[in-house]
Amino acid sequence: MEKFDILEAVAAPLPMANVDTDKIIPARFLKTIRRSGLGAHLFEDLRYQVDGKENPDFILNKPQYRNAKILIAGRNFGCGSSREHAPWALLDFGIKCLIAPSFADIFFNNCFKNGILPVTLTEIECKALMTDAESGSNARIIVDLKAQAISRPDGTVYTFEIDTFRKRCLLGGLDDIGLTLEHGVAITEYEAKSYADPWRPRIELI
Amino acid sequence: MASTLFDKIWAAHVVDSMPDGTVMLYIDRHLVHEVTSPQAFDGLRLSGRSVRRVDATVAVADHNVPTENRAAGIAEPESALQVSTLERNVREFGVPYIPVTDWRQGIVHVIGPEQGFSLPGMTIVCGDSHTSTHGALGALAFGIGTSEVEHVLATQTLLQKPAKNMLVRVDGRLPAGCSAKDIILAIIGLIGTAGGTGHVIEYAGEAIRALDMAGRMTVCNMSIEAGARAGLIAPDDETFEYIRNRPHAPKGDALDHAIEYWRTLVSDGGAHYDKIVVLDVGALPPQVTWGTSPETVVPITGRVPDPADIQDDDKRAQAIRMLEYMDLTPGQPLAGTKIDVAFIGSCTNSRIEDLRAAAAVARGRRVASHVRAMIVPGSGLVKLQAEAEGLAKIFTDAGFEWREAGCSMCLGMNPDRLRPGERCASTSNRNFEGRQGPNGRTHLLSPAMAAAAAIRGALVDVREML
Repeated sequence: MEKFDILEAVAAPLPMANVDTDKIIPARFLKTIRRSGLGAHLFEDLRYQVDGKENPDFILNKPQYRNAKILIAGRNFGCGSSREHAPWALLDFGIKCLIAPSFADIFFNNCFKNGILPVTLTEIECKALMTDAESGSNARIIVDLKAQAISRPDGTVYTFEIDTFRKRCLLGGLDDIGLTLEHGVAITEYEAKSYADPWRPRIELI
Repeated sequence: MASTLFDKIWAAHVVDSMPDGTVMLYIDRHLVHEVTSPQAFDGLRLSGRSVRRVDATVAVADHNVPTENRAAGIAEPESALQVSTLERNVREFGVPYIPVTDWRQGIVHVIGPEQGFSLPGMTIVCGDSHTSTHGALGALAFGIGTSEVEHVLATQTLLQKPAKNMLVRVDGRLPAGCSAKDIILAIIGLIGTAGGTGHVIEYAGEAIRALDMAGRMTVCNMSIEAGARAGLIAPDDETFEYIRNRPHAPKGDALDHAIEYWRTLVSDGGAHYDKIVVLDVGALPPQVTWGTSPETVVPITGRVPDPADIQDDDKRAQAIRMLEYMDLTPGQPLAGTKIDVAFIGSCTNSRIEDLRAAAAVARGRRVASHVRAMIVPGSGLVKLQAEAEGLAKIFTDAGFEWREAGCSMCLGMNPDRLRPGERCASTSNRNFEGRQGPNGRTHLLSPAMAAAAAIRGALVDVREML
């Protein structure tokens, strides 16, 4: 996983509430057995017309947002399925940070596993950033994870909350599994006790 | 201190805790399917790791599987590759696997409880948001992404922070013509698609206690549509009877001891809930969605809302977009809206009880000539049982297609899809844009309501047909 520390980039505004994971990446593109390459289908049904041509009105198709690395979104972003293909598609497109008034739980969690920082700010702060983002490439936003701060083009700074553990993993680009396996003894001890529980039989498939 | 059911299951699975409150949570069951696991197995291979507990893991293919002519295999190359990749991975890592041609094959959330893999008190995960279904047994069951699938395969644990507790108490006796699906749609309509965010919902109350296990699974299944991390119901005698004699459930003395423990899995009096919602379903009409979010629920006796009446700017903008997508007009009655397709199936509503409810409406009637109607059982065993009970004959006599088990038209990953512009009465769980196929239009409703719509050729109040 790539480290996340400071990101200065163009932010694209997507002022829609309840953007679900089927909108981010429709199910028909989940047939891949790889993590990469999904950026081409990010927001497929919004981004392309029925004839397959780009929809010129969609925000990420506009020249000033093609290199956006930040997305300012509406509330409950990422609701729906657990597909990690949603953060994979965002990352493959180049989005490294999402800012919204709220996120759906599983999607929020999946972002951290891929080095994407999802930031929750108040509705008012998100509206202000949305307005900034509408100025296109003239408005660069700075996301500083260590300081837990977001700087607007006019210099205003918003601070945000993040779990200590998640912050450490993002800053260091750390692998969760490696960290967990350092506690292998605790897992083995837990299992030794739990093997006797009649309510968790082992699976033997015939 | 008084604990909730969620608190008790959580506490029983804590392996280790970190200073910031993050917990290493032990996972008792890991259900694996073909869509969200290939990259996880790849990750194991890259780092030279193995599957820690193959005796706590079971795999099945369901999302990509065609629901007719099973012997012909999977025609679409990408779908075939995803299933063959799963088969290769389970062989290489020694994971128990139910093949596509096995009678026990089916939707992962149907076969988990059916086979007795899913049991009360367990932590159960799967790379699929509808894992909440298994909470019906009194388990803590939730969906995870592929990185976490890999994490569980490698460590049999997850790093988690405890969710908040939410109680949804459902009072009253459900009237004729209504089912568990109407209860959960009404709940989502009430609390919204983010109403449960950050919470685990415990469903309780007279109406929940009165539900059979299939009904409880329907309710817990759609917890995620209310944004909740999981949904669960305290196990009771109904649960224990359901579990008895399931192939992978404990037997004899072990079962007695297990039941003794399971009886402790109830929320204590005075336990704290961060949120409490109460609703009475004593006079509930059948429910149906009109938009492209599961919270857009109205009674079948109701009308499509007028965006002009919506105060919130975001919600109004969303409503306008939804009406356009769904090709509906403000104020239009839901009943009488013509449909093209009826789909009875999915992890929400494909169990034998669901098929019986649909068959009760279909018996002796004919599907409207312009409607394509499909029944897709949740597992091979549900299919066999429905055939033995004569339900399959009722359906085929009425003009329904009788198909093989799988996720089918719940999501557009297999050949069962809506064509652009088609309108579907569907027992599935999501009505998102394009969910059942690009530009398809979905109305979520119960199996009885879907069968009624298939016959009438339009959305209709099933109570007129009882």
